[in-house]
Amino acid sequence: MKPQDIQSLDDLQHLPLTDKETLRTNYPFGMFAVPMKQVKEIHASSGTTGKPTVVAYTEHDIRVWSEVMARSIYAVGGRDDDIIQNAYGYGLFTGGLGVHYGSLDLGATVVPISSGGSKRQLQLMQDFQTTILTCTPSYAVYLAEIAESEGIDPRKSSLRIGIHGAEPWSEEMRRQIEEKWDIKAYDIYGLSEIIGPGVAVECVGQDGLHIWADHFLPEVLDPKTGKPVPEGQDGMLVITTLTKEATPFLRYATKDIVSMTTGKCPHCGRTMPRISRIKGRTDDMLIIRGINVFPSQIESVLLSMEETEPHYQLVVTREGALDSLEVQVEVNEKFFSDEIRALEALTKRIKEEIESVLSISVNVKLVEPKTLARSEGKAKRVIDLRNI
Amino acid sequence: MQVRQISVFMENRAGRLMEITGILAQAGINLRALSLADTSDFGILRIIVDKPDKAVDILRRSGFTIRENVVIAAVIEDRPGGLYEILKVLADAGISIEYMYGFLGKHEHEAVMIIRVEEMECAIEVLLEANVTLLKGEQIYTM
Repeated sequence: MKPQDIQSLDDLQHLPLTDKETLRTNYPFGMFAVPMKQVKEIHASSGTTGKPTVVAYTEHDIRVWSEVMARSIYAVGGRDDDIIQNAYGYGLFTGGLGVHYGSLDLGATVVPISSGGSKRQLQLMQDFQTTILTCTPSYAVYLAEIAESEGIDPRKSSLRIGIHGAEPWSEEMRRQIEEKWDIKAYDIYGLSEIIGPGVAVECVGQDGLHIWADHFLPEVLDPKTGKPVPEGQDGMLVITTLTKEATPFLRYATKDIVSMTTGKCPHCGRTMPRISRIKGRTDDMLIIRGINVFPSQIESVLLSMEETEPHYQLVVTREGALDSLEVQVEVNEKFFSDEIRALEALTKRIKEEIESVLSISVNVKLVEPKTLARSEGKAKRVIDLRNI
Repeated sequence: MQVRQISVFMENRAGRLMEITGILAQAGINLRALSLADTSDFGILRIIVDKPDKAVDILRRSGFTIRENVVIAAVIEDRPGGLYEILKVLADAGISIEYMYGFLGKHEHEAVMIIRVEEMECAIEVLLEANVTLLKGEQIYTM
């Protein structure tokens, strides 16, 4: 196949899909399409087998990122006189800087407070009279609960808009956030492989997320056949970057399940196609407190420890507003000691090793062998008890 | 002078101990001594039985994670200070105890302490020197 074989949008489907694996096998810089001299910024997310996935930005890419993020903030009603409290994490994670660049491009005022430090978040929110809060939806709920316990009425805060993403959430959770804070809460979508946050966002209609298709060409495919599904039906979102220079992707398989609607938006008049909320995943990736977690990451930790076998199960629960991950590990005769302290020391070591790979805290529980359900020859690795 | 002990890993949930004792009962295995150590998530059942080989086999086949270990069975006098005296012997020799449990013996005025230490040989030596009676495996199994 030659570049000139692509004559129309329909020809796109002759190209193979790319995915996270493509980045992983080309770690660290194999997918960079420009000389390093032109790369201005590098981001990375935790990988599935210890190696992170690395993405890069040229100066032009940063401008595109700033623009789509600025559009996203504008689409939900943010303007240049807003004060944006950006509680997404700054660093290798794209959430923090993506919102930051967008705020600058919009001409708003950004408070780069980053994630965590709830009391300080509340203090500065009051002192600076911030008007837009950007964070994961679960953190928005959590922060309201902290406010209440500190005797602060979140409904009386200066906030008017919440922009929330990086993890799946529901209409119920939106209502909860809007009710607790007396704000409008909007869903934003993005992934670092495509650009970071700002790939798609809801408009004031809160009825699907407009995907900025002038930069990110969307397709929705049947995950089994790889063929496009009819409009409005569920399938896997595949994105081709049209303007990205440093790490462009042809037909990147997001593994996110959505449906798509085209045509003019009845709420805002935009003509950018709308995707639904993320309805699920085609793989086993979990999003816990905004962090992507693959069971294979935990498996590789257990495999690297001599004492354990990779028989494990992940149980995800939501306690209050925050997700909690329990890793259940089967005890086998290789490491079973009849002393409690030896087993407790092992539990602690497994916990520390997993936490250093995942960057989130987990609970480790030792369980009897073969108590972990094995279904259809393939172990059921994940039990997600969150109601979202 | 060493006695075989079987340890079984078990989750902390209702009825689990009953199930294990049921498996042993069906196999006609009699318990001689038992102790249970537990945390909030799991427990370790330590048992001494009349037929150790058979118990190991049946528990393994039932899918339990088990471990065999050796312990010391020391006879102490059933009176105030009986335990103190043998613990003093071990402490004086600088031996620390990992765990222990006890039961009353077949003979009157006698109890048996099951003791696990890291330095087994050394502990046996100092206890024998102090004229403490140590039971052989067979003596316990057939008790």
